[in-house]
Formats: sequence, C-alpha cells, structure tokens
Amino acid sequence: MDDGVNVTGSLRARLALTLIGSAAAIAVLLFFVVRTYSAQIAQSGQDSILEASVTSILDAVTLREGDVEVDLPYVAFSMLSTDADDRVFYALWQDETLLSGYELLPVADAPDGGEIVLVSAIFDGAPVRVATAARILVGANDRMRVTVSVAQTQDALAGTLNRISRNVGLIGAGFFILSVLVASWATNTTIRPMERLTNSITRRGPKDLTPVARPVPLEMAPLVASLNSFMARLDTSLKQSEDFIAEAAHRVRTPLATVRSHAEATLQRVEREDNRQALRSMVRAIDESSRAAGQLLDHAMITFRADHLETHEVDLVELVEDLVTRLTPVAEMKDIALTVVSEGEARVEADAILLQNALRNLVENALKYVPEESEITLEVSATPRPRIEVRDEGPGFPPDQMQDLAARFSRGENAKDTIGSGLGLTIAKDVAMAHGGELTLTNMPEGGACVTLLL
Amino acid sequence: MRYLVALIIWLCPLGAIAQEWEDQNAFGPASAQTTLRVLSSTDTSLFVPIIEDFLQEQPDVSIEYFVTGTAQIDQVFRAAPEDFDVVISSAMDLQLKLVNDGFSVKIENLDQPQWAQWRQSLFAFTTEPATIVINRAAFAPGAVPQTRQELIAAMRARPDIFRGRVGTYDVRESGLGYLFATQDARSSETFWRLMEVMGGLDARLYCCSGAMIDDLVAGKLMVAYNVLGSYVAARDDVAEKLEIVLPSDFPTTMMRTAFVSSRTDVEDEASAFVRHLVEVQTGPRNREVFPLPPLGSAVDGTGQAVISLEPALMTYLDPLKRRTFIKEWSSAVIQ
Repeated sequence: MDDGVNVTGSLRARLALTLIGSAAAIAVLLFFVVRTYSAQIAQSGQDSILEASVTSILDAVTLREGDVEVDLPYVAFSMLSTDADDRVFYALWQDETLLSGYELLPVADAPDGGEIVLVSAIFDGAPVRVATAARILVGANDRMRVTVSVAQTQDALAGTLNRISRNVGLIGAGFFILSVLVASWATNTTIRPMERLTNSITRRGPKDLTPVARPVPLEMAPLVASLNSFMARLDTSLKQSEDFIAEAAHRVRTPLATVRSHAEATLQRVEREDNRQALRSMVRAIDESSRAAGQLLDHAMITFRADHLETHEVDLVELVEDLVTRLTPVAEMKDIALTVVSEGEARVEADAILLQNALRNLVENALKYVPEESEITLEVSATPRPRIEVRDEGPGFPPDQMQDLAARFSRGENAKDTIGSGLGLTIAKDVAMAHGGELTLTNMPEGGACVTLLL
Repeated sequence: MRYLVALIIWLCPLGAIAQEWEDQNAFGPASAQTTLRVLSSTDTSLFVPIIEDFLQEQPDVSIEYFVTGTAQIDQVFRAAPEDFDVVISSAMDLQLKLVNDGFSVKIENLDQPQWAQWRQSLFAFTTEPATIVINRAAFAPGAVPQTRQELIAAMRARPDIFRGRVGTYDVRESGLGYLFATQDARSSETFWRLMEVMGGLDARLYCCSGAMIDDLVAGKLMVAYNVLGSYVAARDDVAEKLEIVLPSDFPTTMMRTAFVSSRTDVEDEASAFVRHLVEVQTGPRNREVFPLPPLGSAVDGTGQAVISLEPALMTYLDPLKRRTFIKEWSSAVIQ
C-alpha cells in the first residue's frame, strides 16, 4: 500500500509508544510515591509507639529523698512487641550519669520540655529507631535532668515495607497492563477514521473524482479539504483535456471530409497511374485520420456518458444486426462476411449509444486486421450473462501483450503495418466497465482473435 | 550511686562462685571431633535421655553439660560467651535479654509457633507451672488449700504449725524465683499479702526447687511456694508425702528456653542440638524415657497464658526496677 511512498515513522507506533511510555513512567512513579508514602506511614506507626513508650517511662520517674527512682512500667516494653520480635534497647540518664540501660545507645539531644526527638541510628550492628525525651526534676537542694531513650530494631518495619513494595509493585504492574490495553484501544480508535478514509479512497473507481463526503474528525478536515480541492482541480483539468481532444478531433474531421471529397474528385480526373496511386494512398490516409478523430470523439463521449449512463431496455441481437447492416458495405469492399449468431432475444438494461460505439469499434478493429475473404462472427447470448463475442480469422493477439492492449493508445506488436490509433479496445473496455461488465481478450485455438464483451 | 554499690555487692558473690558448678558431666566418646558445651539450669538427670538420644544420631559429637543456677548462668555466660555453645535456662527474662543483647544466632528451619520462640533464636521446649507443694502431714485430707487466698487463710489459722516451716525462692539469688515473683506481683496483689504472711512466719529462702523438695521430704517444710511441680513429679520417692497444688486463682507458667551462642565455633552442631531438643519436646514421645514436661499450649486449661516471650520481660531486669522490687520483697519477707 505504501508503494512508492516515502514513509518515515508510524503514527500508530508513535501514539502507542507515547501512551505506553507515559503509562510505564506513571507506574514507576506511582510505585515510588506510594512506597515512600507507605514507608513514612509505617515509620510513623513505629514512632508513635516508641513515643508512647518513652512517655510512659518518663512519667514513672520520681524523686524520692534526693534519689531518682524509675518504676519502669511493664507496658513500656510490652507495647513494643512485634511480629518480627524486634529487639528493644533503652537508656535512662541522670544528667551525664547512666542510671540504667544500654550505655552505648546513641541518644539524641532532647529539649527539657518533654518533647520527643526521634532519630534513626545503628546500634549493635542493627538499624534502630531511637526516641528520646528529657524531664527536669526539681529536688529540695538541686535540679536534675533525666533523659529517657527507647530504641527498637526495624525488622517488622522492613517486613511491612517488603509486603507493601510487593503489593504496590503488583498494583503498578496491573496499572501498566491496563494502560497498555487502553493505549492500544485509544490508538486504534484514533487511527480508524484515517483507515476508513484510506479504504474509501482506495475502493473508488478510477474515474471517481467526486469530493469525500463521509464525515471525518476535525483534525483530518484540512487534509480531506486539500484532497477534495486537489481532486476537483484534477477533475477539471481532465475534463478540459478531454474537451480539448474532442474539440480538436471535431475540428480536424470536417476539413478532412472536405479534403477527402476533393481527393476523390481529383482521382476521377487524373489519368496517370502513379498519380492515381498517390491519390489513393492519400484517400486511405485521410480515412484513417478521420477514423482516429472519430474514435477520439467516441472516447470523449464515452468518458462523459460513463458518469451519467442513460440506460434503457435494449435488445442486443437487434443492436448487433443493425450495426452489421451499417458496416456490411465496408466489409464487402474487402470481401469479408459479417455473420450474426444468436438465440432469440437478449434484452438488457444498457446505454444503446455506448454499446453501439463499443461494438462498432470492435468490428472495425477486426475488419482492419483480418485478411480478405474471411469471416467475422458476432455471437450474442443472454445466459449466463449477457455477452457479445466478436471472433475473426486474423492473426490474433500477441499473447504476451494481451493484458496491456486495452490501455489507451496501446497497439499490438503485430499491428505496426496497420494504421490505427490504439483507442478501439480502450473504448470497448470503458463501455463494458461503465455497465459493470468487463472485456476479455482471447486467441482461439484454431487461430483468430476473440473479444468478449460481458455485461 | 547507692544502687550501683548494691548491685556490685549483689553481683560479687555470684562472680566468685561462677566456676563452681552444681553439676558437670561429659557425654559421648572422648575421641569425638566436636564437643558441645551446654550451659544449663536443668538438673542433669532430666536431660540425660535427651542428650543420649542426640548423641546416637551424632556419633562424632560429645557433650559437656554444666549445671548452675539461672542467675549464675547469666553472669557466667555474659562474662565468657565464647566458652559455651548452647545456653538452656528456665529464667525466661534473662534468656530473652541475652538474645536481645545479641548473644544468640538464628536457627533456620525450626518451625515453632510465635509464642514459643523469639527472633527465631530463643526456643521454648517445656511449659511448667509454678506450684504450691504441701507436706500432707500438715493438712487434713480435703482441707488442702487450692488458691493463694486459702493458703494465706490456712497459715494464719495455724501459725504454730507453719512458723519456720514455710519456704519459697530467695528472689535475690534465683533468676527463676525472681521471674515467678515478678510475674505473680504483676498478676495480683495477693502475692504481696502471701509474702507478708510467709515473712511473718519466718519463711526459709531457697536457691532452687530441688532444695525445697528435699526439705519438704525431710519434714523441715510444710509448705513451699512457687516450686517447679515437674521436679516433684520427676521424683518417685515423694508421692506419699507431698502433694502438688496448681493454684487455681492464677497459675504462673514458665517455659524453659534454649539458644545457640553467637560466639560458638560449632554452630551447625549446636543448632542441631537445639533443634533435636525442640523436636523431642514437641513430638510424640515416651514420658518414661523423657522426663522433662513437654511444650504444652500457649494457653492452659484455665485460660491463663504462659509468660510471654516478649521484650517486656526485660522490665524487671532493669536495675532500678529490680532494686525497688527487691526492697519491697525484702521488707515483706525478711521482717
């Protein structure tokens, strides 16, 4: 389909890649955002338990007779139980002296107001979260600062994070797959009007240059408008050139007729044989030119009428017999017999003028190429499809050129010696196609060409 | 600083007697390539069947089995963790703190329920309730106290019978006794009233269950509180004289636990030993062969849970907390 078209890239691929790429980017972003957010929530869960633990211990600190007493509440550590059996560390400091607990536990500087400071640290080779708070105790003689730190390893947290990561990963993957499906659907939906337009233009007949009428999306409107205007210009240009050819042919034919009659008259008067010979050649050439001009006119007419067929009920047999009657004098000049074979009537809905034209061109072609004293047979049949066969006893078509012969101005290799325009078969083919039929060329086994006009 | 001095005074005698084992035995061939050094608070007799069963499967291994008190285990092991491969103790709190402090290694491929293990390192292999053991001579049949309240009432009613003839753990010396006392104190105020009554009757204090049972059998004690019933049941000479009472108000149930030292050179064999220990104690087995009570369920028949293996066990190990508790206990018991 892209034969001879300079293709770079693909809208579908670009659209799909853009959508899938952004879906992948969003999925990855989603993964990290949700994971980070969940990690914060999980961490804040651990933090609040550590805070509660520190607070409960700090509340249990009392000053009795100048001595600091800490009645460590059972719940302070009990609340730190986790599924992963996280390790728990603590330290109680009175000013710079360790009261009890783990001396090496990293302790953050906490303000005196009881505000809890949370830090992450490494203790005994394990990452821990440490909550620290301090309180000022005022005794009879002195004031002292008691600092409480509680730390917990992060095994349960790590387990939670792994679980969250796995789930978020699955959600991200699901989102991505869904996005790919949506992307392919969106791509197809977007590309479809373009494919429909392409199809409708591809399916058009070769002469259909009417504007595209089917609705198209807004974005394609400029393209279709350009296409329509291009086709309109092309149509006009084609019509102008057809008109020009018809006009030219018409203008040439009338003076040719005059020249021919003068040549005929002169031929009657001239006595010398070589002069007569020259004049006869002249008359023949004039005939050919006249016939070519006629064919050009026929072709122009067919091009015009093919778009506006005027169909009536026509009897093919009657039409063929009528034509044979008119062409018989020409045939007799070459001692050629025109025979009509038929089985009763063959009525079809068709444009009689076009059919006549086509048939005349076929028979004239045959007359031109067959040897003298031979026979041309026109066979009409109504079934299975209405058809007219024109068979002759001439040299037949060159087998390797049969496909191209019906093209405009194309002539067979073996027709070089014969004068002709190459339009005859084109006209017949155009007429067949205008009626929804076809024209087939075959050579008969016993020699001779056979042209079948199927309707 | 007073508490520090008190702590040091309390620790010193323990350090001094650290190397004097209650019992010390070697099992397996002398030519064995690997020797497992097991530090335990469990009487050797209760452990022999398990050790011999293990050695049958591992002919290249020999075992040195050291027995000492629960508190001493903690001291000895902390001082030289590289000297022992497996540590077994009934003092759950001390064991848990050792694991918490990084003295253990994880044992993979040992599936135990969450309540019976901690950090996949500390594994429980028995459930043993603390019991009241009475000398049948002191009570008429049918009048045996079933709760702590009834025990208090009985002792108050006949102080002459019981004076100087009631006994319990000296919580200052025994890690297990301290664990039982602190857990009792958490559960009910009755514990303190019981201690006061026992203190008023000049209670005798003991390092271990075995000594209390000996004195019960000898008639020196009429009642002993917080004795391991399993030790009584393991002795076949006492059934006539003694009766084990599982207090029905609230039982306190301990689990013996074991872990592998992080400083061991024979981690595979040590892990295999703990794994074998847990398998023997949890699987179907012959009670005649293996006298240690099995690992029961997390919750006993009366709906009371065993002491949980959780960080909260470290609460009463805090020196300040311990000092306060010992002070209160002393003022109640040592009057």
